[in-house]
Amino acid sequence: MITALAFYMFAGVLVASATMVIAARNPVHSVLFLILAFFNAAGLFILMGAEFLAMILVIVYVGAVAVLFLFVVMMLDINFAELRQGFQRYLPIGGLVGLVLLVELMLVLGAWVVAPEAAALRQAPTPDAAAMSNTEALGRLLYTRYAYLFQASGMVLLVAMIGAIVLTLRDRPGTRRQSVAVQVARRAEETLEMRKVALGQGIGEEKGVVTHGTPGLRPAEAAKTATEKAEVR
Amino acid sequence: MSSLINLIPAPLWHLIMIVAGILAIMVPLLVGVAYLTWAERKVLGAMQMRKGPNVVGPFGLFQPFADALKLMTKETIIPAGANRLLFVAAPMLTFALSLIAWAVVPFGEGLVLADINVGMLYLFAISSLGVYGIIIAGWASNSKYPFLGALRSAAQMVSYEVSIGFVIVTVLLCVGSLNLTAIVKAQEGMWFFIPLFPMFIVFFISGLAETNRSPFDIPEGESEIVAGFFVEYSSMAFALFFLGEYANMILMSGMTTILFLGGWLPPIAIAPFTWVPGPIWFILKICVCLFVFLWVRATFPRYRYDQLMRLGWKVFLPFSLAWVVLTAGVLVAFDWVPK
Repeated sequence: MITALAFYMFAGVLVASATMVIAARNPVHSVLFLILAFFNAAGLFILMGAEFLAMILVIVYVGAVAVLFLFVVMMLDINFAELRQGFQRYLPIGGLVGLVLLVELMLVLGAWVVAPEAAALRQAPTPDAAAMSNTEALGRLLYTRYAYLFQASGMVLLVAMIGAIVLTLRDRPGTRRQSVAVQVARRAEETLEMRKVALGQGIGEEKGVVTHGTPGLRPAEAAKTATEKAEVR
Repeated sequence: MSSLINLIPAPLWHLIMIVAGILAIMVPLLVGVAYLTWAERKVLGAMQMRKGPNVVGPFGLFQPFADALKLMTKETIIPAGANRLLFVAAPMLTFALSLIAWAVVPFGEGLVLADINVGMLYLFAISSLGVYGIIIAGWASNSKYPFLGALRSAAQMVSYEVSIGFVIVTVLLCVGSLNLTAIVKAQEGMWFFIPLFPMFIVFFISGLAETNRSPFDIPEGESEIVAGFFVEYSSMAFALFFLGEYANMILMSGMTTILFLGGWLPPIAIAPFTWVPGPIWFILKICVCLFVFLWVRATFPRYRYDQLMRLGWKVFLPFSLAWVVLTAGVLVAFDWVPK
């Protein structure tokens, strides 16, 4: 009884929040409703005993993907009232496209025949639920039985990742990048020059010699040069 | 007493037991949070040769309650341009998330509210949700500084979660289970911080970044963006953020204890140590971790933002990834893989 009640609650909130994702006027609210939908889907997974999938759904989609969605939606300054302006003008053609897709989908689903041996094929790699936890069962399927397919999908993701990096990587001229190794390797002798300054003459205007305000001077060194200058005076 | 038990139907009795368990965790936790704020001020005071709070009560012990009363009686201000609902919901979310994670934490042998199979994943999921409270607060305030703080924080937490994930994978490889009780039991011979010492350090530092603690407290870097994401908050809404941060610190220390410091296990399983009950050991270890949290705050200056990102992505991520591969390789090579 409680399980059925929980199912209807999760399913009801899931459908309602999924509707609100496309109905909400504010895009940030849309993303927040999407997060609510993810949570309820995770709840449904738990009801089915798929605790691993539920947690992964929360970690991957709520913890990472939706954060990035929220990021983008908050940064973009979209005026949705403006976007909705042509709604009535585009309604006939949009509705037509939707209708065509719906009819096509119905035709495909109507003609769909499930292979007679499919149920048996699906049953074979699935171990008994009582024998092992579903984390272990999934691990066995992914990393042992379908290891090559798993690696192949990893490769596809890697290519996508490299593509994203290549698209966004650019070298702007004129920026000063921090090189930690160079900074750590720098020594006082390379950046500092000690001079004895004759009384009342100053250091003179020699070419290329920086007298004071040397950039990158550490406070201790700066203090040292200052006291030395004072001593000279 | 037995007649009383018979009077109440079994499902209701089960519910009552769960509520009692929740209270038994929440009340000491909230007192712990209150005294963590006191301990932080005392420890920082001692490290900076000051006295810290010493006026309210003996040794300033009633200071947290005085602070709480002060915050409760202050006016709640909601900025005119703010999104009211989200503005109020954000601190509640932060605080609630810092509490619900405790449902799966084992305090001793069998002393756990929900002993679920995927406890470690649950903890990881909850800690990765912490960013929402901050990002929603920053956006709902409708103000520049909170928004900048929220964006910084979101980028920071997402970055450090990746290396935390790899550290957790390393530990899980050595345990062979996602159950937190199993993780603690696997450390009966040797606590994991000895064989996995570099991962212990990476986890602790990432934990500092994940909880927005100094030296990674740039989301609220007061020298640049006033107070970051909670500039516009006052009164209890501010207090909830504050409590959430400290509860998260305790949670992160608890995770460190479970993953690396043997949870409720005594240091050596011989007579005088085994007399002390498990929960006491667990709390003591959490206190040690918390002290290091405070010590770090008194010692290190704040990281610059680009350096923080560099540390997360270019140092910790490759390093922890390499350790995952190394650990897996060693486990397979010596046939130590847990069954």
